[in-house]
Amino acid sequence: MLHLALFTIFGAVAVAGAVNLLVQRHPINSALSLIAVMASLSVEYLLLGAEFVAAVQVIVYAGAIMVLFVFVIMLLNAGEEELTRGSRVAILVGIPGVLIGAVLIAWTLVQHSGTGEVAIGALPGRPETIGWLLFHDFLLPFEVTSILVLIAIMGAVVLAGRPVPTSQQPRKEA
Amino acid sequence: MLSITTFVIVSIIKSVIAILLLLTAVAYTVWLERKVVGHIQNRWGPTRVGPFGLLQPLADGLKFILKEDLTPPHVYKPLYIAAPMIAVIFAITSISLIPIGNWVSIAGIHTPLEITDVNIGLLIILGITSMGVYGVALAGWSSNSKYSLLGGLRASAQMVSYEISLGLSLVGVLIMAGSFSLRTIVDAQGGTFWGFIPRWNVFHGQEVAFFVYLMSAFAETNRVPFDLPEAETELVAGYHTEYSAMKFAMFFMAEYANMITVACLATLLFLGGWHGPLFGPPLLQGILPVFWFVLKVFCFLFLYIWVRGTLPRFRYDQLMAFAWKFLFPLAVANLAITGLIVALRS
Amino acid sequence: MKPDSYISHLELGEKDETFLDSNELIINMGPQHPATHGVLRVILKLDGEKVLGTECVIGYLHRGVEKIAENRTYTMFNPYVDRMDYVAAVSNGLGYCEAVEKLLNVEAPPRAKYIRVILTELNRITSHQLWLGTHALDIGAITPLFYTFRDREEILKIFEKYCGARLTTHAFRIGGCQYETYEGFEQDVKKFLDFFKPKIDEYEELLTTNRIWVERTKGVGLISGKECIALGVTGPVLRASGVRWDIRKAQPYAAYSDFQFEIPIGQNGDTYDRYLVRMAEMRQSVRIIEQAVGGIPEGPIMAKVPKVLKPPVGEIYHSIEAPKGELGYFIVSDGSTQPYRLRVRPPSFVNLQALDMMVRGQLVADVIAVIGTLDIVLGEVDR
Repeated sequence: MLHLALFTIFGAVAVAGAVNLLVQRHPINSALSLIAVMASLSVEYLLLGAEFVAAVQVIVYAGAIMVLFVFVIMLLNAGEEELTRGSRVAILVGIPGVLIGAVLIAWTLVQHSGTGEVAIGALPGRPETIGWLLFHDFLLPFEVTSILVLIAIMGAVVLAGRPVPTSQQPRKEA
Repeated sequence: MLSITTFVIVSIIKSVIAILLLLTAVAYTVWLERKVVGHIQNRWGPTRVGPFGLLQPLADGLKFILKEDLTPPHVYKPLYIAAPMIAVIFAITSISLIPIGNWVSIAGIHTPLEITDVNIGLLIILGITSMGVYGVALAGWSSNSKYSLLGGLRASAQMVSYEISLGLSLVGVLIMAGSFSLRTIVDAQGGTFWGFIPRWNVFHGQEVAFFVYLMSAFAETNRVPFDLPEAETELVAGYHTEYSAMKFAMFFMAEYANMITVACLATLLFLGGWHGPLFGPPLLQGILPVFWFVLKVFCFLFLYIWVRGTLPRFRYDQLMAFAWKFLFPLAVANLAITGLIVALRS
Repeated sequence: MKPDSYISHLELGEKDETFLDSNELIINMGPQHPATHGVLRVILKLDGEKVLGTECVIGYLHRGVEKIAENRTYTMFNPYVDRMDYVAAVSNGLGYCEAVEKLLNVEAPPRAKYIRVILTELNRITSHQLWLGTHALDIGAITPLFYTFRDREEILKIFEKYCGARLTTHAFRIGGCQYETYEGFEQDVKKFLDFFKPKIDEYEELLTTNRIWVERTKGVGLISGKECIALGVTGPVLRASGVRWDIRKAQPYAAYSDFQFEIPIGQNGDTYDRYLVRMAEMRQSVRIIEQAVGGIPEGPIMAKVPKVLKPPVGEIYHSIEAPKGELGYFIVSDGSTQPYRLRVRPPSFVNLQALDMMVRGQLVADVIAVIGTLDIVLGEVDR
């Protein structure tokens, strides 16, 4: 009962946050909504008995990655967005698209709802299990992912390390 | 097993006690800092309010409450008001998972000396403290002032960078204890080597990890020599330049509460928690563990203050270089070696 | 022009008209800022934390000292000079008195000269102590400030006993000294020297080998000897860049030719070298005072000067080595009791010119370090 109540509350918070993320004009508000989504998601994980994933969700996504989002917004001093032609088109096409998608997902779930229920704690959520899965069963995908991330980092370094055009360099007068 | 009602009542009582204790500790850490730094610098520190200035925190609190709470006209109001609250909420919440002693039985209720024992306690604390960055970052941004913005930027970059080495320095300890529960980690540190060296993690192969933790903890709490987000001689006051009265006091409280949290964590993870020599009658035996715990936390806080009275401040690029080029590789090396040793032993 | 309406000459880069604002940032450091040593205003053009250019806005403390001189007699103007570089008031007074003496063609008696040297060198120590405390504070070390102020107090006590004032001393008169040394003056000074010598080591212990201090100061605010000369930079800043130039040696005034001392110089011209040079200068000052206090000659303390000073028509430039650099007075006399024109060459003002060159391409935190290391006093910059 308590679980159901918590699930509903935080599910609602997650959805509301996601909607707010789209509706807000100011990037920083959108970013904060995304943090709310992440935090409520982590509560959902916790309810499923996956404490480790829940904690990592908060530490990595809410605590580190979103900080970088906020950092970038602050650094670029991004102001309020204006409605442009493109965004109007996006609204026109997007809202029906999302609705169709949601209906599709719901329909599929209803069709296949006979797959049975999952008890709390039955899913692999303990740190030992996750470690085993990551470093044993799915070692190759894990390593491939890490190489992918490495490539991305190197790309970022190369892009950021490009020399500034001479006109922008600080003058050094003797 | 307790009934739900007793559990809730006990939890509420414990929460209230924990918050009161923490706030008192924050107030007296400020007093201690002023006193110790004062003595380092040939001054007396507070002496006028009460004996040894002991009532100074009370006077300070009163002053903060009575001061005019200015809101500059150019701020982004919702976040400007929310930022100090975010900072202080996360700073205070993290203390709820810190155990300060063993189980005790009072009036037939057997309960641990913490609000609740969670099997991923350490991770939750890390999660909560990592959320505390938002208070600082949003304060810097919403103040709409250039100095605040620079402070906020510095803070977010610094705290994210040092969080990584902080987290990695703890993994060695986790591998050795095999659990995320702070209680289990402390229990694993009981006993001694050869009868006189305590089996604390800091003497048990985690010296390097302790060093990395120490440095990262200083940086995470924005303390000298890593106090760049609020470097008063460069950024006026950094992210809290535009704050006054109680809002400023909230940042202040958050900083000291965070200091206490990292001191508690250091004690639990590296300094053996409440382990220490036990002697005397049963009542004393019951109190001694808490005493040892508090003593260790006090020593750690004293170190903080001592460093503040001694060292200059890093420059921003040096700070980042220190985090990424020195602490991070060190933490990774420590992790690899600890893992290897533990794997070979088992 | 109101200070607020001042428009900077720093040009911003091409304004990026896209949604994201990646333009350079113009930031006002001062005039109300904890680390600009008074009311200096520095407009910084920043790219992130990197300094692309600076512009100093001065004049917030302008009192028109040079103009005031034209309406005061030579004697009446004497106390005004104390208020220029208020942390080295004795040096200011010495420079002015000697300049007027030169104009009058009188010379202070030897006893007065010795007293002048002792007080001036004590004043050099207080000036350097104040510099050290605030400079370290700017870089984040809070403790040296309290140490230096504790020890500075002892010198101020000697000043107070000698002439009744601690900061703006007005210690000298044109033609010598007004006051004879008080009883126990020599003992007080000797006692101070014994007290102070280990204190310099104490300061050095806190900073010289401190890793963070070295990292923060080495290679920061570089300036070569050639650049210093081109800009007219003098004092410890010039010497730290490897130029052996000290007016006490080059054109000895007062009684400096009687004493043995060295001119400490640096090699790299960075903030760390300037720190070392000033520390060494404090030791040299101690050495000079030691020699002087042992051999104060007997005799009068005032030369024969008329009650009303009327220097002959002419002009004079006289400079001394103030703690911050060359302090010069240029006086034009039209034969009346008041100077026709008086111009001060303040070391702080000239040294401040080097700020822009020293901080370009460095970080915001370095601006603070460089302002500290230039050791400026705004009272002297603005006059």
